[in-house]
Amino acid sequence: MLIEKFDPLKGEMLQILDEEGRIKTDLEPRLTAEDLRKIYSLMVMTRAADLKAFKLQRQGRMGTYAPSLGHEACQVGTAYPLQKDDWVFPYFRDLGGCLTLGYPLSDYYLYWMGNEAGMKAPEHLNIFPLAIPVASQIPHSVGAGMAAALQNKKIAVATTFGDGATSEGDFHEALNFAGVFQTPNVFVCYNNQWAISTPRSHQTAAKTIAQKAVAYGFPGIAVDGNDVLAVYAAVKEALDRARNGKGPTLIEAVTYRMGHHTTSDDASKYRLDVEVKEWEKKDPLLRFRIYLKSKRLWDESYEKAVQDKAAEDVETAVAKAESAPLPSPEDVFISTYKQMPPKLTEQLKDLTDLLKEGQK
Amino acid sequence: MIATMVQALNQALAQEMERDPRVVILGEDIGVDGGVFRVTEGLIQKFGDRRVLDTPLAESGIIGAAVGMAAFGLRPVAEIQFLGFIYPGFNHIISHVARLRNRTRGRFTASLVIRTPYGAGLRALEHHSESTEALFCQIPGLTVVVPSTPYDAKGLLISAIRSEDPVIFLEPSRIYRAEKQDIPDEPYEVPLRQARIVKEGKDLTILAWGAMVPVAQKASDLAAKTGVSPEILDLRTLSPLDEEAILVSVKKTGRALVVHEAPKTCGLGAELAALINEHALLNLEAPITRITGPDITIPLPKTEDYYYVNPERVLQGIIKIMEF
Repeated sequence: MLIEKFDPLKGEMLQILDEEGRIKTDLEPRLTAEDLRKIYSLMVMTRAADLKAFKLQRQGRMGTYAPSLGHEACQVGTAYPLQKDDWVFPYFRDLGGCLTLGYPLSDYYLYWMGNEAGMKAPEHLNIFPLAIPVASQIPHSVGAGMAAALQNKKIAVATTFGDGATSEGDFHEALNFAGVFQTPNVFVCYNNQWAISTPRSHQTAAKTIAQKAVAYGFPGIAVDGNDVLAVYAAVKEALDRARNGKGPTLIEAVTYRMGHHTTSDDASKYRLDVEVKEWEKKDPLLRFRIYLKSKRLWDESYEKAVQDKAAEDVETAVAKAESAPLPSPEDVFISTYKQMPPKLTEQLKDLTDLLKEGQK
Repeated sequence: MIATMVQALNQALAQEMERDPRVVILGEDIGVDGGVFRVTEGLIQKFGDRRVLDTPLAESGIIGAAVGMAAFGLRPVAEIQFLGFIYPGFNHIISHVARLRNRTRGRFTASLVIRTPYGAGLRALEHHSESTEALFCQIPGLTVVVPSTPYDAKGLLISAIRSEDPVIFLEPSRIYRAEKQDIPDEPYEVPLRQARIVKEGKDLTILAWGAMVPVAQKASDLAAKTGVSPEILDLRTLSPLDEEAILVSVKKTGRALVVHEAPKTCGLGAELAALINEHALLNLEAPITRITGPDITIPLPKTEDYYYVNPERVLQGIIKIMEF
């Protein structure tokens, strides 16, 4: 068991693929060639979709956006081992997780373009709407885990959040519940070193985030968050534990926020470019490509095919999102209650009349 | 100096920190980053990281710690990054900040300020646009302040920091940089609990605050073209209200129109209507009218305008009240 082998209190961190793309064969997860290529294409797709979103924002075609650049291994590695009946509670920086689960990119874009229609996940996806208030999704995910246990469902619930979230009371309360009720939760912290301008060292005086699990009475493990195989292996093991009634796990995926906090932020104001440059060398895609090449699963023509497909899918999603109709006044009123109270019906009519008047 | 509201607030903080060593500021990203709206820009360089505290990401911790600091003789000014994120700290506001004086019969007080940007109009993400000022106005012991100009922003914040009572200082982010105004370089107070007559008029009284003040002004200009003369009152302190200023104006004009960005139901407009009803019913020529946001979750940017109170809607209210 990886979780027993790597002790966060001793500063140990699971890494399977190093920065040069060298594999630790004894830890190599059993993944088929098809899986490996799928994981790679999802990471490429995540990057392409993310860079596009940033560009769209700068062109005024997208609202404020939280970039995922650098988090591809964390995000895809966390979502890939999830099974159909498992649930996931993501935060606002989880594009790769959403894409891995099959969340339509056009919907993801639509949400960030400022249209609620993008938040309505397809019925077959067990995904909660992404949380903007930091850490607020963590207690929800524990509640879902408690419900699954009460309903005798053998499922796992995954939750994603950043290092900043671990300072919130919700983090503590949720993980404490998870420990007490031995819920089937897998908490994955994408520790990207920065919560807007606050460095990880100022977020907690603890040496690692993974070690916080010890105080809640369940295991924690730190993994190299830019190594998709390490993230995958740890999350998969934790999900299996959860499904088999072994309780929750906290996973700290150590990564780096390569971009700004959001498009409204300017990271150059508070962090040094040399730090960013250092992390560029640890790019999660680079090392995975080397690994695939060593397995004869990657060459230039394959790369071109994957990139072309990603570019095409991104453009299709942009076109679809941009051609989506503007929500009607009814759309923004109708879901306030199951049944609209008369007062609200009247307010809707006032608005509709006003808009008609404006068109005259 | 010619200043935006952001610059005026920054100057108020700097000058109060200069004047009073008890003043400390704390919050997320307020130090090195200077705050996400740059209200605290340059303060960590000037006053150091012992008085300008970049905190971990924890609103309950920020407000709870501010209570302890205040009780121990400091004058903390806490920044909550957006009003939409204040709720983890709401427990402290309602259970301790507002009640400490009463619970200890004055031995301890939470003389602190909680500053936070709020309101719609910036095309922001979810939870960044709500106007929930009425939630705070219902809590006895709190003073709730909203500036609408750079001049008032500086003077009100200085008064808030000097106040012996806790102040919730709501900053309308939509007009953070909308208007520049020549403000005095030296520190000055704009008194709390005092409304301001923005524009004198004789036909009706428009009651507004924050980002709705310029909206009311535009509507008033439009109304003036049809010969209607509105008086505009900027409430500035929403709780406790300047009842006298409100009643004097309404008794003079005989008509009252409340404009607020928050949803209509149980918004501050309801309290204002009740107040006028209790004290000036017989002076009224028309029913008190409210132009407000609808009772819905504020939509995302694409359709934010469905929600937002604009001058045209206010004008409609003026016409309705005048035609009664």
